[in-house]
Amino acid sequence: MSVESREARQPWILLSPALSAVALLLFVPLGFILVYSFWLRTATGADQAGFYLDNWAEALSDPFYRDILLNTLKIAAITTLVCALMGYPAAYFIARSRGNKAILLLLLMLPFWISYIIRTMSWINILGVSGAVNWVLTSLGIVAEPIQMLYNETTVILGLVHFLLPFMVLNVFVSLDGIDTTLEDAANSLGATRWQAFLQVTLPLSLPGLAAGGLLCFVLGAGTYITPLVLGGPTDAMFANLVFEAIITQLNWPLGSALSLMLLAVLGALVLLYNRYLGMAQLMKGLG
Amino acid sequence: MGWQLVRLWTLLVYAFMFLPVAVVVLLSFNASQFGSFPMTGFSFRWFAELAQNEAILRAFRTSIILGTLTAIISTTLGVLASLALVRYRVPGANFISTLLIAPILVPEVVLAVALLLFLNFLNVNKSFALLLAGHVIFTLPFVILVVQARLVGIRRDIEEAALSLGASPRQTFFEVTLPLMLPAVLAGALFAFTISFDDITGTLFWKPGGVETVPTQIFAMLRNSISPEINALGTVMIVMTVGLPLLGAALARSLARRRGG
Repeated sequence: MSVESREARQPWILLSPALSAVALLLFVPLGFILVYSFWLRTATGADQAGFYLDNWAEALSDPFYRDILLNTLKIAAITTLVCALMGYPAAYFIARSRGNKAILLLLLMLPFWISYIIRTMSWINILGVSGAVNWVLTSLGIVAEPIQMLYNETTVILGLVHFLLPFMVLNVFVSLDGIDTTLEDAANSLGATRWQAFLQVTLPLSLPGLAAGGLLCFVLGAGTYITPLVLGGPTDAMFANLVFEAIITQLNWPLGSALSLMLLAVLGALVLLYNRYLGMAQLMKGLG
Repeated sequence: MGWQLVRLWTLLVYAFMFLPVAVVVLLSFNASQFGSFPMTGFSFRWFAELAQNEAILRAFRTSIILGTLTAIISTTLGVLASLALVRYRVPGANFISTLLIAPILVPEVVLAVALLLFLNFLNVNKSFALLLAGHVIFTLPFVILVVQARLVGIRRDIEEAALSLGASPRQTFFEVTLPLMLPAVLAGALFAFTISFDDITGTLFWKPGGVETVPTQIFAMLRNSISPEINALGTVMIVMTVGLPLLGAALARSLARRRGG
């Protein structure tokens, strides 16, 4: 074999284990559930292979699924907005701080390493009937009996914001950190106020980072089922909870396949739109 | 003035991020038999009870074995792929990169369902093997992103120097490239371990009945009520998942410093 063709084959040999893993454990399974979603779960609990539209008809027409899908998107949208409002100024502070940027960033990265389930359940210690807030309120005599503040849509959003905020701050930070600060100085020297310079120079230049953070918050928020189970009430199910119910509780796998693909279609469309207009590179910057 | 407001806002954001977690740690040392306020005294009793709890110890063992195997497999696959992408001009490199990070672009629930149903169709039931396959596939993109970012920084001419001084390609890899890559490999492996150790979304779909990892064990315990043991377990997990990467980072830095001389 010539040296040249060996050189050309080498990268493919290195890539093949990872590519086969992704193909076998992601793409083929996704194709499989697409086929599976047209099968039928019969009364006996066996699957009837074939081409039935029943699952899709149920998933797409039942107002129960539609309402929960819309509610899920609403929760994800509010979460994303709150993350942006909380996270942008913090990212701006870190990027422009003259203090120890590395320490500030490290502090920001720490929550990434703290378990999601711990961070979620930590709110029970704060807002629960015997949590910190109720303890303060009852000790001060402001309320006689502890108030139940948990298990509603607001606490679900709170938990999601707590989980997703670092993704937002990090992405905005990466974007802001890459902006030449002399641009703002130039705007100032040309007569713009600091606020004008921010609004017309810095903010527009940091939009790619804001968009990347927003996408991550929205997609990760809309795909969760643990947060509503821990911090939500019985009526606060999100779409992923329906998937979990169908697959794990009801064992209706064909229907669960259809519901999974619905979720994938909605969130995948967002990712594709993002990729079309902004490209994946920005997202990778924030993740890597 | 405006800057002061931004500073105050940032301080509040940090407080929002850390206070709830700090409360978990604080309450884990509470002597009271309820996992809540008020603090009645300082005590290690909940940690002692954790060490006696057979179910929790089993969950720890499962999580550590699962995380270690995940890290080994995922890092091996990820380092090979990263080498190919960074070191060679591969046609369609962008497309391949997107394919390789696809597991984190697909919602984890959907990935979990697809893998569970497909492997079940192949007669692989809910098992440790399924759990491992799942953890490998969704940690792989993170390993590739982290390793790739660090590989770019390794200069090619050092290897070329070794080759021109008569080292074989094999020798060059093991004696020059691999030691230089070590921090990247360690970082990737730690990242994979931590993500695997933390995961609950996919794990709840894939785990066989009766098998619990630490997060699913906590989740199951939450069903009853919040007990002081959960706070203690949370504290142990925080120490593990925060302490390990910090230790890893320090180790990588000292390794790099020694080599940089």
